[in-house]
Amino acid sequence: MRPKVRIEHLYKLFGPNPKAALEKLQREGLSKDELLRRYRHTVGLRDVSFEVNEGEVFVVMGLSGSGKSTLVRCINRLIEPTAGRIEVDGEDLTAMSAARLRDVRRKKMAMVFQSFALLPHRSVLDNVAFGLELQGMTVDERRDRARQVIKAVGLGGWEDSLPEQLSGGMQQRVGLARALAIDPDILLMDEPFSALDPLIRRDMQNELLRLQSEMKKTIIFITHDLDEAIKLGDRIAVMKDGEIRQIGTAEEILRRPADEYVAEFVQDIDPARVLTAQQIMFQPDTVVPLHAGPRTAVHVMRHHGLSSVFVLEDADRVAGIVTVDDAVQAAERDLPLRDVLRQDFPRVAPDTPLADLIPIAAQARFPIAVVEGERLLGIIVRVTVLSSLMREPVRLAAQGDSAAAASGEDGRGGAGNARR
Amino acid sequence: MDFVRMPIGHWMNVLVDWMVDNLAPLFRGIRQVIGTLLNATEDFLQWLPWPVLLVLVALLMWRVAGWRGAVLSALGLYLVGSMELWDRAMTTLALMVSSVTLAVLIGVPLGILCAKSDRVLAVVRPMLDMMQTMPAFVYLVPALMFFGIGKVPAVFATLVFATPPSVRLTNLGIRQVPREVVEASQSFGATPWQMLVKVQLPLAMPSIMAGINQTIMLSLSMSVLSAMIAAGGLGQEVLRGLSQVNLGRSFEGGLAIVVIAMILDRMSQSWGRRKRRAA
Repeated sequence: MRPKVRIEHLYKLFGPNPKAALEKLQREGLSKDELLRRYRHTVGLRDVSFEVNEGEVFVVMGLSGSGKSTLVRCINRLIEPTAGRIEVDGEDLTAMSAARLRDVRRKKMAMVFQSFALLPHRSVLDNVAFGLELQGMTVDERRDRARQVIKAVGLGGWEDSLPEQLSGGMQQRVGLARALAIDPDILLMDEPFSALDPLIRRDMQNELLRLQSEMKKTIIFITHDLDEAIKLGDRIAVMKDGEIRQIGTAEEILRRPADEYVAEFVQDIDPARVLTAQQIMFQPDTVVPLHAGPRTAVHVMRHHGLSSVFVLEDADRVAGIVTVDDAVQAAERDLPLRDVLRQDFPRVAPDTPLADLIPIAAQARFPIAVVEGERLLGIIVRVTVLSSLMREPVRLAAQGDSAAAASGEDGRGGAGNARR
Repeated sequence: MDFVRMPIGHWMNVLVDWMVDNLAPLFRGIRQVIGTLLNATEDFLQWLPWPVLLVLVALLMWRVAGWRGAVLSALGLYLVGSMELWDRAMTTLALMVSSVTLAVLIGVPLGILCAKSDRVLAVVRPMLDMMQTMPAFVYLVPALMFFGIGKVPAVFATLVFATPPSVRLTNLGIRQVPREVVEASQSFGATPWQMLVKVQLPLAMPSIMAGINQTIMLSLSMSVLSAMIAAGGLGQEVLRGLSQVNLGRSFEGGLAIVVIAMILDRMSQSWGRRKRRAA
């Protein structure tokens, strides 16, 4: 699949003669400080490349001065990049005429700003309709459309208010609605929630996730907040000094930071809050179908060194769990597997945070089943939970503990890399 | 050790003489335009029966400044009439209206240009400084040479003196529009014209109105000076009083100017304020 947005070797230098400075930067391999000292140019972006897929939330994270705001402004050319390509749907933005660029901005991408950037003299309704107005849509048409979007972001009834009459969170909903009104493929969000109170910020993050689950836009989201990045991002790019230091899922960045800077950045993150059952579970490969006999179950458990195993019905529905002792007895007495199934194993939803799994794992006698309805998505054992709390995945030795041994044998103890 | 004499004054004379000799058609044209505007305005104001204007002003003041403003302005205007200064007041008002109209027509677009281009601003700003600080008498002389005596050179001199605030505050207002708001309209694909009309001018309006208010006040302050080159109006009363050592006559003329100033100030200020509230 072609990526929605592709950035290739993007550079932005600030100064009187950026092209010449770029040549020096590339030829002499200068650092940011050296370039500033010797050639009086500041590095905004340095050889930035990445791809964003359709429907993906791509978070660019970095502290102030890392170049993240410059980056997002280069993508719609609010800032002209010094060199490099920006492709949207395969079309190079950097080579576009002003008129074509305006067309792309009007229809294909929309931006949400940290300071909301609403027009103070216009009502909520006309703020939201602004993009459509620039397209040349008639008043009635654009207001109709704006009303729908205002409702969708939960601001119904505020159409005629002025922005200053709204709280910060509501103003940013207007900003979001203004962007969504033009129904863009791509949303550029420049620290949209950074100016909000923590509680409101969380609401807005959830709101964005809710909207995104319906809209499936391609979102490039800028933030300095690692928690926010982890919560929202399908993938995260960590930036420093105009360079991307690492790109990966939240999990990859937390578990295998690419360098010391990223490691330092993520060290204060509590994995128990970040990771969910879905991320640490391993795939339910070692299971027994219900129609198999108890002997098969015993064989599977012996082979994998387990003391219990999940029994599935219709390929993926959990029928129950069977212990090795019960299975052996059933085999001796020729009972079907169904008669010795137990139901007292814990079940959790895939989005259960690790923090909530800890007490469950501590008490459970059996592995935890990660289920969606009756469907078994994955299995979590106690040792997985413990090792997930550590930064680096731990390779487990085979132990007496039932399924842990199984995960240990095929090296999935860390479980983080064993996603569905 | 003596200073080297720089004949700057001489150069200036040569320049002005050259302009008078060679640019006469241009000055005639300007004189025509200003004269037409001025005469039309004055004819209209002189034709308007005084009770009509008084009521109109009172109504406007009531809208923008409440009933007290309305009563005070009506009383003030009546006072002007009862000092037998109504006709002269209308002459002054016509000079004002013409000067302010032209000052705004020149000042606001120039302010927009300054806001859009640092280079234009770099050229225009020192000129504005000079226009405002150079004593008005100094450019009264070339105004006379270009346009003869009368009302047109008065309008010209008033323009030189009163236009700068409109330029400055328009420029300032547009430059003060928050960067992200400008970026937002760019990011939604605004053309430069759409940006100006839909975003920058509305947001700059309070500042632009403050500039226009200052322009009005400065033009009024020129009315006595204008009278010196036979522009007539209330300033002439003040001058006559001076030459006759008749304090009472000067005072009446001055009082009438104050009344007009207060009314215009309140009106233009509250218009700006109302815009700001709406903004």
